[in-house]
Amino acid sequence: MRKWLLAIGVALGLNALAQTGKLEIFSWWAGDEGPALEALIRLYKQKYPGVEVINATVTGGAGVNAKAVLKTRMLGGDPPDTFQVHAGQELIGTWVVADRMEDLTALFKQEGWLQAFPKGLVDLLSYKGGIWSVPVNIHRSNVMWYIPAKLKEWGVTPPKTWAEFLATCQTLKRKGLEAPLALGENWTQQHLWESVALATLGADGWANLWSGKLKFTDPKAVAVWETFGKVLDCANKDAAGLSWQQAVDRVVQGKAAFNIMGDWAAGYMSTTLKLRPGTDFAWAPSPGTSGIFMMLSDSFGLPKGAKNRQNAINWLKLVGSKEGQDTFNPLKGSIAARLDSDPAKYNAYGQSAMKDWKTNRIVGSLVHGAVAPESFMSQFGTVMEIFLQSKNPQAAANAAQAIANQVGLGR
Amino acid sequence: MRDRITAFLVLLPSLVAVGIFVYGFIGQNLWVSFTDWGKNPAQALALRPELRFVGLENYRELFTGFVDVRFRQSVVNLIFFTLFFMGGSLGLGLLLAVALDRGPKGEGFFRTVFLFPMALSFVVTGTIWRWLLQPQGGVNVLPTLFGLPPLGFPWLTTRAQVLVFDWNQLPLYTAFVVGLVLLYLGWQAHRAGEGKRRFWSLLSASVLLLWAFTLGRHVQLLPYPEPHGFSLALVGVILAAVWQMSGYTMALYLAGLRGIPVEVLEAAKVDGASEWQTYRHVIFPLLAPITLSAMIVLGHIALKIFDLIFAMAGLDYAPTDVPAIYMYLLAFRGNQFAKGAAIGILLLLLVAVVVIPYLASQLKKEVQR
Repeated sequence: MRKWLLAIGVALGLNALAQTGKLEIFSWWAGDEGPALEALIRLYKQKYPGVEVINATVTGGAGVNAKAVLKTRMLGGDPPDTFQVHAGQELIGTWVVADRMEDLTALFKQEGWLQAFPKGLVDLLSYKGGIWSVPVNIHRSNVMWYIPAKLKEWGVTPPKTWAEFLATCQTLKRKGLEAPLALGENWTQQHLWESVALATLGADGWANLWSGKLKFTDPKAVAVWETFGKVLDCANKDAAGLSWQQAVDRVVQGKAAFNIMGDWAAGYMSTTLKLRPGTDFAWAPSPGTSGIFMMLSDSFGLPKGAKNRQNAINWLKLVGSKEGQDTFNPLKGSIAARLDSDPAKYNAYGQSAMKDWKTNRIVGSLVHGAVAPESFMSQFGTVMEIFLQSKNPQAAANAAQAIANQVGLGR
Repeated sequence: MRDRITAFLVLLPSLVAVGIFVYGFIGQNLWVSFTDWGKNPAQALALRPELRFVGLENYRELFTGFVDVRFRQSVVNLIFFTLFFMGGSLGLGLLLAVALDRGPKGEGFFRTVFLFPMALSFVVTGTIWRWLLQPQGGVNVLPTLFGLPPLGFPWLTTRAQVLVFDWNQLPLYTAFVVGLVLLYLGWQAHRAGEGKRRFWSLLSASVLLLWAFTLGRHVQLLPYPEPHGFSLALVGVILAAVWQMSGYTMALYLAGLRGIPVEVLEAAKVDGASEWQTYRHVIFPLLAPITLSAMIVLGHIALKIFDLIFAMAGLDYAPTDVPAIYMYLLAFRGNQFAKGAAIGILLLLLVAVVVIPYLASQLKKEVQR
């Protein structure tokens, strides 16, 4: 009996030849995002049946709790075999500079990923000659959501620039819409800010801000806060008490016309609210950013001292493969980082995003960890609070620059 | 003698454990707060971080640094929260206890109802009250039940502040408050006829007050005015906290009221005291020790408050920020471990200010016995 089982095991796992042991995967994918991770794990188990997979998920959106747990574990000398992290500076500025990660350049070359992923993305993953994590998905940050039927009713069109947006906002206010822009809690306000900043500074200016070439106190960067202040006047006053879903709800219910949110909003509207993408709800690049794809990405890295290194490398290979990404992303509501993924597996929004991903200029998101280290991001919340309390662009700019100096941004 | 050795041996494991895990770690935290851990991202999470000694630099930054404005607001918030939370819980608890003490119908039922919130955790309380305090629901629509227009107060989302003062005035106010406390102590010593204590209290009070109104007025912590005040968004949090803890004070006071000997009350009646006079001159003074213990318990809860605000307003909303939340943000999100440790030490000192005088007075009482 046992021999018979063993024979089947060997037959199934030919390419995994005696791959045994454990693999601990650390992530914050629970709830809505859990099934996507589970599908990926199932795929891994098919390929390496001898490996026991431990799914170490710590719940909490955007990893707010998971990151703290991860820090405790890493500082305590007990790293998971691989962990989820926002690709880019959130990984680099925290773990790579501290010499805690393995360089994955060799793996990228071996798997042909340098051609599979767009160059803009590989640049964001690179630091000091190394490539540090394998991106599993791509989300877009600079998207404006609206309900076409409502806009028709109000007689307005989706604005193309922030100036146009402010004019549209006045029109809508005159028609009795109290807050044309729906806004939520602190981080969604930062999310709005980065879309305003990208439009005001342009793709190059935005990149220069994070490489330290453009100071926050530069008049061009101060102007971002001025525009941002005007845009806020179009938003609801109870923003701090709303989650991002509740802000989207305001648009769906017709209490607001627009919402700037990442494309997980598409997943929320199509999966949870059962709206059809493209007809019931629609989208456009946030004002002034057409042709630019502000991205964020979840990725997996390989910490130094991982107990099951080979199993973790096999996981990374799966995560970066076409099969792995096309299994994961349709369920997660994101698109594949690879350029060769299969559009037929995605809905109307996903297909439009995939087209932009291939043709647009790629820049990284601040709020979601791509362009600035954690030490900056977490204190940027304070900068936002300073601005919301004082409504003073110069004060916010000074505070942002002071923090940038303190954490050595761009160095 | 043998008993003593046995007692010592039995106590030894817990003494060692407390020594390491409480005092040892407090010591380590204090050391970390004097270093620059987290200033350099390359060292923050390194396997063996190199820590440099920087003395009181972290503390200086917290109180006068440019980017730590949020810490200062959180301290102001904490002070107001503590005052209103303690006042509210004690006042409401006393009121409920007095009402129940008069033996209304269904006393047991009401006692359970009032005490019940204490059985919940702050996270549950916070979630319930977050729903109740939504701008378009809960408390705000209550008036519509009576045909009145709904309230429009944004309980947890307002940025309005009252009692605003300039942070630069902090030394002045601190000296003023401490001076007043010393004056009070001096007055008490005067009544007790302790000449030496009266002299020292009055001397230090007058020196401090003199300093406050001459040099203290011109101390500049920051090169610019920085207004801080009582955030009205905290009103919602205080409501929830009082709702949760007033049942506890009620239970304490009720026990106290029931413990007052009937003879004393009868004596007051015989002497012709009105009901109010009985409360004012007989019952409340007898409840003073209970008030003190309740204040200690409530005080340290208030100073350590984190979970309630986490559940009601989240971590990122500065108007309801308190130092414990800011410490979490700095240390566990921003990797600024040394600064986080410094806030931890400051909180420890604050709690000590509340608890140590109480412990000392208890100890004195026991010695006297």
